Amino acid sequence: MTDDIHALPQDIVEYIDRCLAGPHGESYLIPVLQQVQNRFGYLPRPLMDEVAHRMRIPTAKVTGVATFYHFFSFTPRGKHRVTVCMGTACFVRGAGKILDRLKDLLGVAEGETTADGLFTLESARCLGTCALAPVVVVDDALHGNVTTGDLEKILKPYGFKGKGETG
Amino acid sequence: MSGPLERLAAARREAVFRLFERKFKARVRITIGSATCENAAGAEKVYARFKALIDERGAGDVALGRVGCTGKCDMEPVVTVIERNTRPFKYGALNPERAEQVFREHVLEGRPVEALLLPGPQPEGDMEDLISRCGDAAERVRGAADLERAFRDVFGDVHFFGKQLRLTLRNCGVIDPESLDEYLAVRGYEAAATVLERMTPQEVIETVKLAGLRGRGGGGFPTGVKWGFAAGEAADEKFIVCNADEGDPGAFMDRSTIEGDPHTVIEGLMIAGYAMGATQGFMYIRAEYPLAIARLERALEDARRAGFLGERIFGTDRRFDIEMRLGAGAFVCGEETALIHSIEGRRGMPRPRPPYPSASGLWGRPTVINNVETLANVPVIILDGAEWFGSIGTAKSKGTKVFALAGDVQNTGLVEVPMGTTLRDVVYDVGGGIKDGKAFKAVQTGGPAGGCLPASMLDTPVDYDTLAAAGSIMGSGGMIVMDEDTCMVNVARFFLEFTQNESCGKCTPCREGTKRMLEILTRITEGAGEEGDVEKLLRLADTIRKTSLCGLGQAAPNPVISTITHFRSEYDEHIREKRCAAGACAALTRYRIDPEACVGCGACRRVCPVNCITGGPKQVHVIDASRCIRCGQCFDACRFDAVLRG
Repeated sequence: MTDDIHALPQDIVEYIDRCLAGPHGESYLIPVLQQVQNRFGYLPRPLMDEVAHRMRIPTAKVTGVATFYHFFSFTPRGKHRVTVCMGTACFVRGAGKILDRLKDLLGVAEGETTADGLFTLESARCLGTCALAPVVVVDDALHGNVTTGDLEKILKPYGFKGKGETG
Repeated sequence: MSGPLERLAAARREAVFRLFERKFKARVRITIGSATCENAAGAEKVYARFKALIDERGAGDVALGRVGCTGKCDMEPVVTVIERNTRPFKYGALNPERAEQVFREHVLEGRPVEALLLPGPQPEGDMEDLISRCGDAAERVRGAADLERAFRDVFGDVHFFGKQLRLTLRNCGVIDPESLDEYLAVRGYEAAATVLERMTPQEVIETVKLAGLRGRGGGGFPTGVKWGFAAGEAADEKFIVCNADEGDPGAFMDRSTIEGDPHTVIEGLMIAGYAMGATQGFMYIRAEYPLAIARLERALEDARRAGFLGERIFGTDRRFDIEMRLGAGAFVCGEETALIHSIEGRRGMPRPRPPYPSASGLWGRPTVINNVETLANVPVIILDGAEWFGSIGTAKSKGTKVFALAGDVQNTGLVEVPMGTTLRDVVYDVGGGIKDGKAFKAVQTGGPAGGCLPASMLDTPVDYDTLAAAGSIMGSGGMIVMDEDTCMVNVARFFLEFTQNESCGKCTPCREGTKRMLEILTRITEGAGEEGDVEKLLRLADTIRKTSLCGLGQAAPNPVISTITHFRSEYDEHIREKRCAAGACAALTRYRIDPEACVGCGACRRVCPVNCITGGPKQVHVIDASRCIRCGQCFDACRFDAVLRG
């Protein structure tokens, strides 16, 4: 991503101004942070400070809110996001073993990014596609009824070369 | 000046006219289920293929459209082909190639492709007739001798839909969720116009009380009473909030309802707002549900344009509008005071009640928070009457309940059954029993706040009080079926891991207690359990349940208590024998091959993801235990019972 992480994009600045013009402006802190995260993939520190400044909310409070919710991340993510659904249906159908196998294949723990920056491994609370359990999502592509044996095949089109070779 | 009902009638006339031009005039109509999970199963590709075929053939007499969740998740994508004046045909599990076959043989040549139809008897009557009945639940049930027949007509597959009664899901999978016209054609917004024109807020509250509607988010608090509390407060401003932050893992009812029929939820919110005196509504929805958000946004815009939302709704001097706020992934925000804090832009932590939100909620104003499904019931009650609604269900639990049926069950899907239906009926009749011929072990309701019930309790009727007495809860509607390969200790650990992770940390019993419980459970599943651990768990559970600040903590021990109550022997086996019979706890599971039984077919070697099985053709195979990751695929692949687990 080429966006400058030291200045808020103009449209988000305007969004903040619109929010503050109406009643309960400060209540839009979460939507504003969501926009930043959607744009950059995470919340860069300087931008959180700028949000605090523009919304006239103490930085400590902005950080407090951002760290409370799972949606927000504070480190850049890899090029591709590999998400294992850990909802109950997926769990019952073996998602734990899928996650373990992915950790092993990618050589990272949950929430981490491979050294080459290609993959970030994450787990989701529940994606609500329980009929297809267990489910693995790579970026936006959802794979259902996954077995541990399918994983290398699923990752291959994204540049996965084999265990231990990505980082 | 015309009243709300007259305005609505005019809007509906226009809508039906437009629909006729666009759809009903067509010789053949094709509808494709397109909820999130259907799209994941390839619905969009099927749609694109049909579209290309229609364009290619210049088949101007064929109309193509999308509908919401068809409920039959294991047969997705589901496609319905409707010819004028004949019965609709439902196809399951289509892909582009099969879609082409259906198009060629059925749509063009009039020969239905029997092999691809959903199993079970097909619907009778033509679709216009069926759709017109969908908006009128009372008529539908009164007109048929039993529910089974009534629903066969609309939904086709008798095995799956036979025991169901779809009230909140009445339009799901039937109408196009992105079309206000279609919603209007099935009596959409008639309930809202009716209350505005003919009922006082107090009458609406009394009607909902009389119907016996209770909160579907899990708590089961009488909805009318909640509205009454807020209505009785004097304030310059009041708020109504729809909680669509569906957080229970294994639950997708609210997502499907919004994706399949967003206007119903908006209409419910509108009526609730009118009853309690709110002029502003909020829709608090999970950010993880992009399709539901998009459809809701579209529906809100359409409703505003039609004059149903905004200033002077339905030409009256009332104002009501709805703003959408996205959840940011915090399970505790299902708790109403935490949700309020989240909308206010703060950390979503609960606070002690009272004051209840109905007295002091959002920005200190009286606020009511209702769940999606609760609100979706409201138009039905207004249109079909409180007495009729109250005739469905049990003495204390009225109406129906939607469940997201998933796990090790044959027919996974979105189901809606009358309250009082037994778990057995849901799992075996609607769900078709256990997958792959395995044995039933437990059914879990209520998500992380609920419990696991064993086979001996399958005849428990589904209602708030009976499920609670049995050690589980109704919950928001996740229903996960577990087979013999599920380890109940591991399940308890799974839920505790979830609640521990989601505990907001404000009160000590929940923050520290769930952590200690999780430690003990983890130790047991790793083979380091000690005598007395179960008693320790029960002691902690009791304290946490009694002393936590909010529902999350108070209910957190439920999965542990219920698994200990019903599956104590599994705990003992893990602790004393260091054994997991289900083979789910990796640390306690070893796989080896029985040399006597192995025929050397190589099936296990081929599926092994880490290539730790060696052996040539017709030779006895061997597992290298040091490299084995205990995934169990060889165990499942072997057809000679030669892979041993222990």
